[in-house]
Amino acid sequence: MTAFVVRRLMQAVLVMLTVGFIAFTMFNFIGDPVNNLVGPDATAEDRERIRVSLGLDRPFYVQYVKFLANAVQGQFGTSFRLGMKVTTVLAERMPATLELVFSAALISLCIGVPLGVYTGIHRRGVLSRVFLTFSLIGISLPTFLIGILLILIFSVYLKWLPSFGRGQVVDLGWWSTGFLTQSGLRSLILPAITLGLFQTTLIMRLVRAEMLEVMRTDYIKFARARGLSRRAINFGHALKNTLVPVITITGLQIGGLIAFAIITETVFQWPGMGLLFLQAIQYADVPVMSCYLILVALMFVMINLAVDLLYYAVDPRLRADRGAVRGRQV
Amino acid sequence: MTALAAKLRSALDSDLFFSFRHSPATVAAAVTVLVFLLGAGLAPWIAPHNTYEVVTLNLSDAFLPPAWTESGKASFLLGTDDQGRDVLSTIMLGARVSLMVGFAAVLFAATLGITLGLVSGYVGGLVDAAIMRVADVMLSFPAVLIALLIDGIARGVLPRDLHSRISIYVLIAAIGLSTWVQYARTVRATTMVEKSKEYVMAARVIGLHPALIMLRHVLPNVLGPVLVIATIGLAIAVLTEATLSFLGVGVPPTQPSLGTLIRVGNNFLYSGEWWMTIFPALALVVLVLSVNLLGDWLRDALNPKLR
Amino acid sequence: MPRPPANQPLLQVENLVVEFPTRRGVLRAIDDISFHIDQGEVLGVVGESGAGKSLTGAAIIGLLEPPGRIAGGRVFLDGGRIDDLPPEKMRRVRGKQIGAIFQDPLTSLNPLYSIGRQLAETITTHLPMSEAEARKRAIELLAEVGIPAPDKRIDHYPHQFSGGMRQRVVIALALCANPRLIIADEPTTALDVSIQAQIIALLKRLCRDHGTAVMLITHDMGVIAETADRVAVMYAGRIAEVGPVRQVIKHALHPYTEGLMGSIPSVGMDRQRLAQIDGAMPRLNAIPQGCAFNPRCPKVFDRCRVERPDLMAQGTTQVACWLHAPDRALAKAAGGGRG
Repeated sequence: MTAFVVRRLMQAVLVMLTVGFIAFTMFNFIGDPVNNLVGPDATAEDRERIRVSLGLDRPFYVQYVKFLANAVQGQFGTSFRLGMKVTTVLAERMPATLELVFSAALISLCIGVPLGVYTGIHRRGVLSRVFLTFSLIGISLPTFLIGILLILIFSVYLKWLPSFGRGQVVDLGWWSTGFLTQSGLRSLILPAITLGLFQTTLIMRLVRAEMLEVMRTDYIKFARARGLSRRAINFGHALKNTLVPVITITGLQIGGLIAFAIITETVFQWPGMGLLFLQAIQYADVPVMSCYLILVALMFVMINLAVDLLYYAVDPRLRADRGAVRGRQV
Repeated sequence: MTALAAKLRSALDSDLFFSFRHSPATVAAAVTVLVFLLGAGLAPWIAPHNTYEVVTLNLSDAFLPPAWTESGKASFLLGTDDQGRDVLSTIMLGARVSLMVGFAAVLFAATLGITLGLVSGYVGGLVDAAIMRVADVMLSFPAVLIALLIDGIARGVLPRDLHSRISIYVLIAAIGLSTWVQYARTVRATTMVEKSKEYVMAARVIGLHPALIMLRHVLPNVLGPVLVIATIGLAIAVLTEATLSFLGVGVPPTQPSLGTLIRVGNNFLYSGEWWMTIFPALALVVLVLSVNLLGDWLRDALNPKLR
Repeated sequence: MPRPPANQPLLQVENLVVEFPTRRGVLRAIDDISFHIDQGEVLGVVGESGAGKSLTGAAIIGLLEPPGRIAGGRVFLDGGRIDDLPPEKMRRVRGKQIGAIFQDPLTSLNPLYSIGRQLAETITTHLPMSEAEARKRAIELLAEVGIPAPDKRIDHYPHQFSGGMRQRVVIALALCANPRLIIADEPTTALDVSIQAQIIALLKRLCRDHGTAVMLITHDMGVIAETADRVAVMYAGRIAEVGPVRQVIKHALHPYTEGLMGSIPSVGMDRQRLAQIDGAMPRLNAIPQGCAFNPRCPKVFDRCRVERPDLMAQGTTQVACWLHAPDRALAKAAGGGRG
């Protein structure tokens, strides 16, 4: 168990170092941030002053080492565009994105997995075909369009729900939450559905494919031959075996949600990290971009780590590495 | 001639064609895709208006609703946009850009993926490990994010005027680079199976380069899966292009794609000029849905055990 | 357990037909077969792959994979009809009355559950037992099928067992509700040769001890010769010959059976090479007119190409071959002379 976790942690650190390197080197060569900040009309002295104040006059390797050292301490410098500390800016925006992603993930799992199981078991049923048709439309609808349509229907015509922003938020220490106020929750509904819908259909289709795969295995056939109840076979034997791939898929999808949040946040002017990142790209705001990238990579790595630990809990073949060797000798 | 006829007859009698004929949704999807390909491909000649010739534009025609509404004009079937351009024509030309980017991105991704997959599976060892590690990292980052990053980097590295001139190629490269992994994985798996087969040994014995003969055996074997990945990849590429264009980092405004049209129309959506958004959006969804339907059918038809 | 009168067979299959609808027409995979299995009897079912052996087994336990379906005939267990039972009732027959063993023990067990759990769930499904009683019974069963230290091994997972041990677990699973009949579909094919004999011996001993009848499906005539009381030879979805195993081996009546016998090596045989049957079994969509075996038959004559033979009694054996038609006694003598 410890060896397994340590191995995974080492891999995670390696990935983080790589992403950190990429983030730094790539963004180090992008454009001239001074230009973006002061515009082409600034005097040479102004430019030089800003260059020095941002540390851009130092040699490449000095900047890199400094970058790494600072990154470990959570210091990513100052945003060129906003003139504020990047960590402060991102920390301000993070709760909004995470609450959105969390809600969307909840929606897509709570709907996607049961529908996938259902359509996998009743693969020729009428209802299954209806669900599948809807899922196909779901994966053909781009996220931004879902957002636009939802705003059009529920905000513009029906005027039921707000079309932008987070509504009122409550500060819990540094974390500002929209979960505790009515306007916060109402503001969350449309963005969460927008972000979750595409993933819901994706999860449903993938779970269905896994379910079909498992239903064809010999042990399901043998379970039937043993006269087990349909319930025990579908939910005990089949579902548990689809769990491992489903966990993988879900892990990847949550990563996807963080990325797709960029689009949803743009459509709904949701004050999260994604919106900040998109603005940073347009202004070549290096510190914000690199910090965002590293933060997202960190989240992905943590999700993958959680996925690995879940595997470990589900699949005895992993759990009993040494036991297996002993067992074979009997 | 008779051989050709026999070939045609056996093709029409094949299981693939049978499953095609017996799936009305697939036939409808194929027809729709064909209509899009023709409409977009021939758009410069058959579009009712030349929307990018500034001379022909008349600002007094701006914001006209569709022809069947009260204030619509018969010559502008789906209405006009804020600059008096015919929406139907902009859709046809926009679909042309979207499809061109989509096909080019798929071609790029497939070429890159198949090549890397072959190399990875054939050479093995460190090369394989390196390629697959990169593939793993790519796979854990969603395509939109990767494309966004690549586009963002290009935006920063290239001078502004150069970037806007070649931005469509940057977009194609960005989408292609973010979607090659699936091809590579499929081809690699097949290559590794083929590599251990006897004919590769035999080829070595008679002095042929085994890589050459493998290419001839691996490619036909992966054709089916690659076709499925490419079809669904086309849908994803068109969606990604639309998304990036919607975010304002895609194709330049001088060459609007369906995504650009939706973004521009979105500015007027809430003031009631819905046709500028809804029609391009409908075109996009119908196109992507049809391609997805074809991809789904192809996958099921080539992999009958899943039915 | 109350036993029905001894003269009633345990399993009676009458005119069973299994069909697969395809777009090029309906394929008859099993074409009108009838046979029976007596209480405690071992019936071997032998034939080439694709002859319909496994499908017969699947049809009896109601587990044909769609679109396959029973298109005709009746199946009786202990005199009660089972082929038309509703799914829920049929489920209670499976495992409780009829156990099944499949070919590959490596894939028959769910990898995510301990074998104890898989045994206990089967026991509690069919027998009125508590979890604790079921566990106790599971340990006893594991001991009975020859798993060492069953009280420890019961909590192990399938991947911790070797192939032969897993097939023992599978046998324990098939036996755990004391079924009247076990359908064993190629139970040893996937195992090492050295283990095959052990498993067959185990199966034979257990069924004798419990009075369980066995339908042993295999393509291995040697296994049948050692194990079965009677044997049914299947060819292209029909029964070619059925009778007591000694009779069929010593005096095969159907030319196809003769061919099969020729392909078993035996000590003291003076032939240099094993005989083999020329050609291949016809595909289901291209079964020849008349006797399905006629294109490969060394003793074919005109009638075989026109009329299809049904099973005809010939002493204790039944055979579907025109050589043995009552009105062709002469032909039979001639055929026997040549064989």
